[in-house]
Amino acid sequence: MNGSAERSRREGSAVEAEGLVKTYPKGVRALDGVGFAVEAGTVFGLLGPNGAGKSTTVKILTTLTLPDEGRALVAGHDVVREPMRVREAIGVVGQKPGIDPDATGRENLRLQGDLYGLPPRVARARADELLERFRLADAARRIVRTYSGGMQRKLDVALGLVHRPEVLFLDEPTTGLDPEARADMWEEIERLAHAEGVTVLLTTHYLEEADRLASRLAIVDRGRIVAAGTPDELKSGLRGDTLVVELAVSVNGRALDAVGRVEGVREASVDGRVLRARADEGARAVPAVLAALEAAGVPVAAATVARPSLDDVYLRHAGRTFGAAEAEDVRR
Amino acid sequence: MRLAIRQTLSLTKRLLLALWRQPWFVAITLVQPMIWLLLFGALFKKVIDIPGYHGGSYLEFLTPGIVIMSALFSAGWNGMSLIDAIDRGVMDRFLVSPVWRGALIACGVLNVAAVIVIQSLVIVAVAFAAGASFSVLAVLMMLALAVLLGAPIAALSSALALVTRQEESLIGAVQFVVLPATFLSSGLMAANLMPGWIRDVARFNPVNWAVTAARAVASAGTDWGLVGEHAALLAAMLLLCGWLATRALRVYQRAV
Repeated sequence: MNGSAERSRREGSAVEAEGLVKTYPKGVRALDGVGFAVEAGTVFGLLGPNGAGKSTTVKILTTLTLPDEGRALVAGHDVVREPMRVREAIGVVGQKPGIDPDATGRENLRLQGDLYGLPPRVARARADELLERFRLADAARRIVRTYSGGMQRKLDVALGLVHRPEVLFLDEPTTGLDPEARADMWEEIERLAHAEGVTVLLTTHYLEEADRLASRLAIVDRGRIVAAGTPDELKSGLRGDTLVVELAVSVNGRALDAVGRVEGVREASVDGRVLRARADEGARAVPAVLAALEAAGVPVAAATVARPSLDDVYLRHAGRTFGAAEAEDVRR
Repeated sequence: MRLAIRQTLSLTKRLLLALWRQPWFVAITLVQPMIWLLLFGALFKKVIDIPGYHGGSYLEFLTPGIVIMSALFSAGWNGMSLIDAIDRGVMDRFLVSPVWRGALIACGVLNVAAVIVIQSLVIVAVAFAAGASFSVLAVLMMLALAVLLGAPIAALSSALALVTRQEESLIGAVQFVVLPATFLSSGLMAANLMPGWIRDVARFNPVNWAVTAARAVASAGTDWGLVGEHAALLAAMLLLCGWLATRALRVYQRAV
């Protein structure tokens, strides 16, 4: 395996996407010009609510489907013109577990080795190594159907690593996992990136997951990238603190007018009974905001001040809160 | 090339292991041909008394028909394992790997071939126990013809599974095709006793190609020319269906 040597030789981007467009039958425009670059050896996060276009992006980059427009290079190869070269270089852990429930853990790993053309002896050793590493060795001979959810997810990730890929795609790797299994998975992803130099492209709709794992991220909304950068860059792009005031009644217009007049407070918005605004010094702005609301006759239930979060970044760029975007997706 | 073969065999092994772990499933697929063979064998015993019927016992006449019909059934269901793989995400995992695309179709065809061989051997064994008798050559040729019909049908079933991606559609198609295709052949009844229009339709029916060839090898004075011609037709059909199935793989990829 010359993966690591090749990796260190090649500088720059492991993934480059440009103007990706994909429309599904019935006119659903899943992607509307997505473009980004992932530096080799880093963890890159695609963050967005369900239905934003993350999975479609991954499907195109992993050669599962073709873009209508645009161009993408993965590990230096064009996904449309050289799909086989791309496939040799990537590992994919899809949103659906790709494991075969009727086979044992070891059989799953051995088959994967065969498909990637590892010499049989190497395939056997690699299967054992991965079973050991993911603490599945005791269950190696058991039918996968009998595994717990966390164990199945681990095996799924192990399958993506059998051939030591240069670029690993993780499509919502922790969705449906309990908190303990999620923490396990986070550690494993961090280890992969730091110790093995694998480039990881991760999609997630958990803000804290993107914040913790990704060194750079792109926020996807309605098939477009609305913001990109390191989590800190994105957050510091928002000056000041976040002010969240819960109103006792929903009176949008009056509340907005009142808060808009307070000095040092900007970007006020109301969503139902929740009023959000930004302030340079949140703690100092709170009394003024509360006084203004009281004067306008808007009763207040609670008020909090917080450092900017990715949720605020999302609100700023997508024009709605993450929760609202998720809810809208459910309704669709 | 060697890698493509290894990939195909590994994928076939996966299917055979899954089958091995569900022996009740194998048993169920054998119940039906047994019923056909023994029930029809008893029911239509007197067929041999009909003027115009040539040949030995009805059981000996019927056995090649049941072997072919069972092969048709098993091959028709082949697409179910693909739909299962699609639903579980296993198919997508295979598609993002550098596996030779043909292997994804060929593994199902080989799996079906193995099932057909086992199934046919059991049917022939039961026929023997019930009093029929065939030469070893005849049995081997029957197996070969059953596989030769099953392979293209298995590929066609894969194609259908990839395009529709629904169990219901596949079940419907198999139910709709298998029984009529059997009755529109000389599987259960001598060709010269069938109505003229059925005989005409049967000439274009692959099931009939396989049945008449299998029956020819099972009876004395085999017309090897006919056997060769029908085997060639089935082989051509295999190429066509194999090509269709790989096309269907592309349709599937465009749809996801």
